[in-house]
Amino acid sequence: MKRIVTIALSLKKSDSAGFWLVSPYLIFFLLFVAYPLVFSFILMFHRWDIVTPMEWVGLKNFERLFADPLFFKSIFNTFVFLLVHIPLQIIVALTLAVLLNSATKMRGLFRAIYFLPVIVSGVVVTILWQQLYAFDYGVLNTFLTSIGLPRIPWLVDPDVAMTSIAVMATWKNVGIYIVLFLVGLQTIPRELYESASIDGADTRKQFFYITLPMLNPTMVMIVVLSTIGGFSLFIEPFVMTGGGPMQSTLSATLYIYNQAFYFNHMGYAATLGFVFALIILAVVLLQRKLVETESVS
Amino acid sequence: MTRLLKYLTLLIGAVVFAYPFLWMISGSLKPELEISGLGLWSSQFSLANYEQVLTRIPISRSFLNSLIVSLSVTTSVLVFGSMVGYALAKLQFIGKGALFLIILFTMMIPFQITLIPQYVLMVKLGLTDTYAALIAPTMMSAFSIVLFRHFFIGIPNALIDAARLDGCSELRILFRVIWPLSKPTLITVAILTFMTSWNEVLWPLIVVRERTLMTMPQLVTIFVIGGEAESQLGLLLAAATLLALPVIIAYAVFQRYFIESMVHTGVKG
Repeated sequence: MKRIVTIALSLKKSDSAGFWLVSPYLIFFLLFVAYPLVFSFILMFHRWDIVTPMEWVGLKNFERLFADPLFFKSIFNTFVFLLVHIPLQIIVALTLAVLLNSATKMRGLFRAIYFLPVIVSGVVVTILWQQLYAFDYGVLNTFLTSIGLPRIPWLVDPDVAMTSIAVMATWKNVGIYIVLFLVGLQTIPRELYESASIDGADTRKQFFYITLPMLNPTMVMIVVLSTIGGFSLFIEPFVMTGGGPMQSTLSATLYIYNQAFYFNHMGYAATLGFVFALIILAVVLLQRKLVETESVS
Repeated sequence: MTRLLKYLTLLIGAVVFAYPFLWMISGSLKPELEISGLGLWSSQFSLANYEQVLTRIPISRSFLNSLIVSLSVTTSVLVFGSMVGYALAKLQFIGKGALFLIILFTMMIPFQITLIPQYVLMVKLGLTDTYAALIAPTMMSAFSIVLFRHFFIGIPNALIDAARLDGCSELRILFRVIWPLSKPTLITVAILTFMTSWNEVLWPLIVVRERTLMTMPQLVTIFVIGGEAESQLGLLLAAATLLALPVIIAYAVFQRYFIESMVHTGVKG
């Protein structure tokens, strides 16, 4: 009896303890999430250079946005990036994961090497690839000319530059998805393949009717995370190209940065941030609808 | 035959991922004229480029800055994240359900929307060019709270009740009873948080202009685009190698944990 009373009392006490334990988060939430969200909403209707007082401009920032060719250019660039990045990532990750899954020797070593670029700073990767991509003396063009192929204008041709950045981003991130696919592959029950081969399905059929559908959750994750990554692309164009040539690598986040910190257009930058955020949410929702299959989840 | 082809493909893959790093390290040790070659060896390896980098930019100071920032952020995320996770998993209080929904909601907010207002907040609080500006906005993470909550739910209540009967406070229960049982989750959160914080560069670029306060990736970025390197390849590669080295060493030691953290959470750092 005494025991029950003690527990009941301590439970009652834990009520206030719960509040106490979450209170640091509440302060954090108010300061760094709630306030910025509210303030971003206010900023969107103002012109502000952060020094002089804010000036109410109504919907001017939105009018400007919908007439801003660079806004549309940055979205276009992001889609170019995603169009190269997502399929390339899936193909490379899937190929290497399937091979690794059937290989027994040195699987750990290969996995560790493929994962290396994931953990290294984007700044390192960007500096490195800037040298690999250099037109005259870059490693890739040196290699191409040595086997008799013409040089590729990796970062200097507006039609190629964003693709080059997408290839580099794939190199950096694909290790995560190799590992995730590998985990996915290992959770597929062996019996599925056994019964399929008894029914006369060849390896090709097994891949398309068993392996691929079973990996759908990982697929969805790649598509969604890559999309968020595409809209967050910043340091790569910032260091490599500055958004050029001819704005062909101007990314969404780089454009926000430029408007805010080169031109001091805080109001307009906040508007851009808000609209980009809406676009990200819309695209991700759409992708989930399109890519996610219901049978496996 | 297919076996051979399989290992050949895997090997080519390994070369594609590892060779650029080897080339970078070797290039940082070569004299300027030899760098653009494809080979890794040079008879004239020297540390000249590193000496130049060390004298031109305060890179050892930036290493220290990065260490201070990343360690503070990681400690804070572990302590506060587990506090909230524990309260959500094991304690009863009014508004608990709502708070959890709010936390899930914050995970969905793209950072693009809060970037500018957060900067304005730093300006208003007079925190630009301080460690506080680098640390404060990432002191807690919704993601880590969700991970902690998820793991703590599985811990038997009997353990906690026993500790309460012994007169332990909730904080003491968390750190003396729960933490020792949660090492895998603590390691996962610590690695992801530290790595994300160490590699972060956009936020430092925004809130810090003072060179002696810059983080390592930020200083190297400024070195590259600010023209201080005078487009000398060797210097760029040496700076990049210095930036990569701490993480690569940590990775070499804790490789398994790094990969498992990522798998465990399925989110990139």
